[in-house]
Formats: sequence, structure tokens, C-alpha cells
Amino acid sequence: MTYERARLLLSQLTGLTVGEGTTPLVVHVPVEQWASVAAFAKETIGCEFFSFSTAVDWKTDGFEVVAWIDNLASNVSLLMKTKLGAGLTSCPSLVGIFRGADWMERECYDMFGIHFNGHPDLRRILLPDDWEGHPLLKSYAVDTPHPPYR
Amino acid sequence: MEIKPPIPQIPVPVWKNFKDLQEWETYHQRRPESGDKVSSLFEKVTEGVHAFPGGFAVTTPVDSFLNWARKSSVWPVSFGLACCAIEMMATFASRFDVERLGMVPWASPRHSDLMIVSGTLTIKMAPMLKRIYDQMPDPKWALSMGSCANSGGPFRNGYHVVKGVDRVIPVDVYVPGCPPPPESLLNGLLLLQEQIAHFRRTGQRAAPSSKVD
Repeated sequence: MTYERARLLLSQLTGLTVGEGTTPLVVHVPVEQWASVAAFAKETIGCEFFSFSTAVDWKTDGFEVVAWIDNLASNVSLLMKTKLGAGLTSCPSLVGIFRGADWMERECYDMFGIHFNGHPDLRRILLPDDWEGHPLLKSYAVDTPHPPYR
Repeated sequence: MEIKPPIPQIPVPVWKNFKDLQEWETYHQRRPESGDKVSSLFEKVTEGVHAFPGGFAVTTPVDSFLNWARKSSVWPVSFGLACCAIEMMATFASRFDVERLGMVPWASPRHSDLMIVSGTLTIKMAPMLKRIYDQMPDPKWALSMGSCANSGGPFRNGYHVVKGVDRVIPVDVYVPGCPPPPESLLNGLLLLQEQIAHFRRTGQRAAPSSKVD
């Protein structure tokens, strides 16, 4: 698998627009196809290693979920991005495809409050269970008091 | 004619402008006025002895003897939270050798007199710190080591950091630095020994030492 072949496969078979550069290939995916494109990348391009997943808070434009997957055998990296839409916090989960997405999506839920549909165990991973709010949101005030220790 | 540049006016600092200091005033933990259990029992016994004629001749040397014993065998419980713990370990190791001051790093709070809080205290960790401090027998002391433990340090404006250990437990000695070298911690431990030497039976601590190196 090379970058040229991966680009060709992605653009021909999924109909998505693929970014120009390589290392990684950047694919903008609609939310509905998020899980299916990930499965396609795993089976056809051979990206079997789930590197990381996180999110970006674009304020009024809503969230963007990002996932980086690798084909370690032939050094092909794929960066998948999806926009959830303004005010929406629901995204398909990748845990059924990549087992390594489990804790990444829990952390994403912890920090941004994004609900991953189909996640087996979606609860906070870093912060205490009784924490209010999601601290990496742009709207989160960092000096929010946390009694009794503040 | 010589033209002098205008002298910049330095504004006089106003207390109410220092929000952080006011927060410290509001939220830092104080010693309980009632004192601790062991010392209040000891106080009752010594008051009884003191009531006898000539009893002061017994109580005063006993008091100072007990203070000497307390200050000569301070056992710190190891509570390393972050990189300051490395400096704390260096202080306990053979080069600086606090064992000559009678300090043995001990891994059990139930046998310890002193808690050295070394490192950033997160809000999630604060209940555990409070629990371990409560498990220590009276009389007990606490030493806050490093900027993070003193005030939150570089992480003060983070969302998850307790802005100073003194918001959770009462602290006797603050050691500045990021991290403080072993010499600083050693100085703090010596200052703490001075405080313990003037420990009063009422459970109240001696006034903080004005000695600044």
C-alpha cells in the first residue's frame, strides 16, 4: 500500500475528497459515514493501528472529532476528521472497529462532553465522577470553584 | 537647559488589588482552636501537677524535655506527588542525611509526626491527602514543599489543581522553590524543629519563625 494507492482507493470507492498532502492523508468525513469509512480504511487500506482520537471545539461551528490511524506495515497514515455540526454532541463510536478507541473516546467524552453512540462504557476516565462540566470546552471557566477544596 | 526625563510614578500597592492574597486569607485552613487530643489530655494532667505547690518545678522541665524529644524524632510520612518528591528523596538519602536530625522517612501515616506534601495536589487527590493527614496521630505537623503545594504554582490557573495544600490541611512550614533543592527542604525542616521546640501544651503552635535565610 502506498499513499497514491490509498488516495485513489479513498476517493474512488468512498467518494470523499482527500487532502493534497501526504503523511498523513487527511480525509474529511461526514458524520454518517464516520464508522463506515473507518472500517473501510481498516480493511482495504490496512490501517489497523488506532493511534489517537480527540476533538476540537470550534465554538459556534460546533465540534470536530479527529482520529489518526496507521498502516504500520507500509507506513501509511490516515487522519480522519468529521464535523458534528453546530450544537451537536453526538458521534458514532469506533470501538467496534478499533478496540484501542475505547479509552480515547472516554477521554474525549470527559474533556469535551461528546457522546459516542455505541460505546460500551462511556463514563469519565480522568476526572472524578462527580465533576461538573467538561474542562476543555472553550466555554468552560477555568476558575470554576470545586468545593470543598476549590 | 537640561531636559530631564519624567520620573515614572510607581503606584503604591493596594491590598485589595491582590486577589490571590485575599483568597489565601479566605480559604486557608487554620489549626483547630481546641488543640489536638493528646495535647489536651496532657494539658489536664500538667495543670493538675501545676496546682500543687512547687509543681511548676516539675512541669516546666518535663514540658521542655518532651518538646526536645518531639523535635529530635520527627518521622515524616512519604507523600510524594510529583517531581518535588525526587528532591525529597535526595534529602533523605545519604548525602544530605536527615537521619542525623532524627528523621526517618516512614511509609505509614499512623507512625508519623510530619507530612511533607511534595508536589501538585489535584482536586481528585485532595480527599486522599486529607484522609492520610487525619490518620496521623496527634500532635502532627505539615510541611508544604514547592510552589505547587504552596499555591498551585505554574498550574494555579488550571482547572484541576488545588490552589495550595493549605486549603485542605493546616500547614506549618512553606518551602519555596520549583522544585526546592535539598538544602531548602533541609532549612525548612530545621525551621520546623524550631517551631516544635516551642510547642505549647494547649495544642497551639508557636508563632512562625521570622528567620529568613
